Amino acid sequence: MSARTLPLLFLNLGGEMLYILDQRLRAQSIPGEKARKDEWTDVDRKRVMNDIISTMFNKRFMEELFKPQDLYSKKALRTVYDRLAHASIMRLNQASMDKLYDLMTMAFKYQVLLCPRPRDILLVTFNHLDAIKDFISDSPGILNQVDETFRQLIETYNCLSDGEFQLIRQTLLIFFQDMHIRVSIFLKDKVQNSNGRFVLPISGPVPWGTEVPGLIRIFNHKGVEVKRTEFTSAGNYVTPQREGSFELYGDRVLKLGTNMYSVTRPVETHMSGSSKNLASQAKENIVPNPLAKEELNFLARLLGGLDLQKPTGGETGFRLNLFTTDEEEEHAAQTRPEELSYKVINIEATQEPGRRAELSRILGELEVMEPRPGSAEKGEDLLALMDGL
Amino acid sequence: GVPTLRPYRRERSLALRSSSSALYNNLAVLCPPARAPAFGAVHGTTLSLLGNEGPPRQLQARGGGSALSTPLLTQAAWCELPSRVLLVLTSQRGVQMYESDGSTMVFWHALDVSEQPAAHSVFARGIAAAGGRFICVGTSSGAVLVFDIPPKGTNVTLSEVLEQHRDPITDIAAEQGQAPDRAGDLVTADDSGTLCLWSTGEEFTLLGKIPGSGSTCSSVTLWNGIVAAGYGNGQIRLWEAGSGRIRAQVSAHARWIYALDLAPLTGKLLSGAEDSFVHVWKLSRNPDTDDIEIQHCHAECVTDTQVCGARFCDPAGDTFAVTGYDLSEILCY
Repeated sequence: MSARTLPLLFLNLGGEMLYILDQRLRAQSIPGEKARKDEWTDVDRKRVMNDIISTMFNKRFMEELFKPQDLYSKKALRTVYDRLAHASIMRLNQASMDKLYDLMTMAFKYQVLLCPRPRDILLVTFNHLDAIKDFISDSPGILNQVDETFRQLIETYNCLSDGEFQLIRQTLLIFFQDMHIRVSIFLKDKVQNSNGRFVLPISGPVPWGTEVPGLIRIFNHKGVEVKRTEFTSAGNYVTPQREGSFELYGDRVLKLGTNMYSVTRPVETHMSGSSKNLASQAKENIVPNPLAKEELNFLARLLGGLDLQKPTGGETGFRLNLFTTDEEEEHAAQTRPEELSYKVINIEATQEPGRRAELSRILGELEVMEPRPGSAEKGEDLLALMDGL
Repeated sequence: GVPTLRPYRRERSLALRSSSSALYNNLAVLCPPARAPAFGAVHGTTLSLLGNEGPPRQLQARGGGSALSTPLLTQAAWCELPSRVLLVLTSQRGVQMYESDGSTMVFWHALDVSEQPAAHSVFARGIAAAGGRFICVGTSSGAVLVFDIPPKGTNVTLSEVLEQHRDPITDIAAEQGQAPDRAGDLVTADDSGTLCLWSTGEEFTLLGKIPGSGSTCSSVTLWNGIVAAGYGNGQIRLWEAGSGRIRAQVSAHARWIYALDLAPLTGKLLSGAEDSFVHVWKLSRNPDTDDIEIQHCHAECVTDTQVCGARFCDPAGDTFAVTGYDLSEILCY
């Protein structure tokens, strides 16, 4: 319902995706000197992160994103991240991509649900951006792009009222409705129940601007307070210490949106299996969405033309597996419940001549800014292709 | 005196075909005398209806038109008028009115989208029957549409547009008891927390305006000249409708209040919020001091659920029902 929801959805999901990719790349990387031709190194990891972040924060893309508009359908949005994840030399099989998307969406759903105030969704976004800036801290060109987006966020959102933020939050919650995929790291930390629902604590600090429940004040007809009473209930709340910063730099205070993954905490999901709750989600996929064509044209304009050529030599070396073994990934692909399939669409750049001209122009702008470290032939054919566009 | 506390018990829940969306006042209840109540809860683009007779039914938001996706519903409520009961749905496109069982659409009003600048969201929200003859519906521009409802048939007309609010309307409530003189019989609330008090009729008259103080008023009730308002900062405030003065302030919830309801026979007040709690309070007037009192009666914690709808199921407030975000049932107490 709120026409300002898409930038927040896109940036936060993108942030979660980067956390996960970074963790998986680190977990699978080998020190440079010891690496075989088809194994991941630190240099590769940095390149992938740089490429994806640079594509994500592309100026034209951001301009389109920040225009007031309705949220995309789940299908269309999933396709955007598919393209984004493939903006570099890295490849993901369908099963890994599905898992990546599950993790991203459940993480952000959790963050939106647990935000103390609707306005705190902005702090969550800033947490993601702060971390993204860290990933590309030695690439000033890309850093600039991210800072630009940061400034645009501040300009667009800092002045919105609480009511408008709540509308944004409600719009996001409608988008995430009925998603109950269980995430290992959430289950372990006891923030998610075994039925896939998140734990909502009834203790801790109240949101900034809210009082700890309990006080009843009575005023007479002159406006003078004449009585105070208290009531008690099960919650155990305290006053918050301070408010998070909404500036370009500052302590956000809120932990939601910071990186919860580390090399030692693997990312896993369990399929929650068929249940009544999934029925409504399945319906959304089946009912044809007349808007889809418009969305896809837009996506094609922005991210299209990135040819997904099969890289030469040693296919597995380019592939990132979100599972611990290839067998697991294969198994996951075969056993994924039908209701949870994302039915990703293949985008072809459209054939209309006018569109083609526009595409070439935008593709020129999508070139990665930073000079690449001159490493192996890995993905060079592909990169050459992108450079030549 | 101290209200007699008959403890509420959790009863059997009612299954919904789809879960409830996180929207203000997301539970509609119709309590016909001597019959089981009917319920409605919004899920995205549909309204799930659980009738007292017949199978459950779903109503769809209307107004897709020209390659646009089905619009989202914002609220649903039964409007009880002396001659008939209508079920009203509000959405991003407009207002739909049905016969009370949802079987036939009686009227459709499309919102004028072109008036709004692109960045602003357009929707209708806030529904109440007023003055024994009208149905009032709020909009995201702050305008309140007043529809004149004939005793039967489909000849509903837009009688007036009230333009006193500058922020999106959140809720509207009509006087459920006896209004004292000059107190007005309708209250409208908006995103900024501003409350307007009206006297209904051929022409509605603005009697007073209570400015907001930084917190959204998401839900409002009016009873015996007392306005009870629930806010985004978790407070419940009681206002004297006639004078516009604040009479009570309760730090009621730890999160945004999503629903308030009032039982007119007893003055019981129900509040539900994102903090998972539902509270029952008792409003009263002290006959000596004329002070308005509010006492806490009961608390329920709906574990791991953000409450989005809460309504009494009988005029005395002995029973109530609750909906929560992502919950596919209606909880009854």
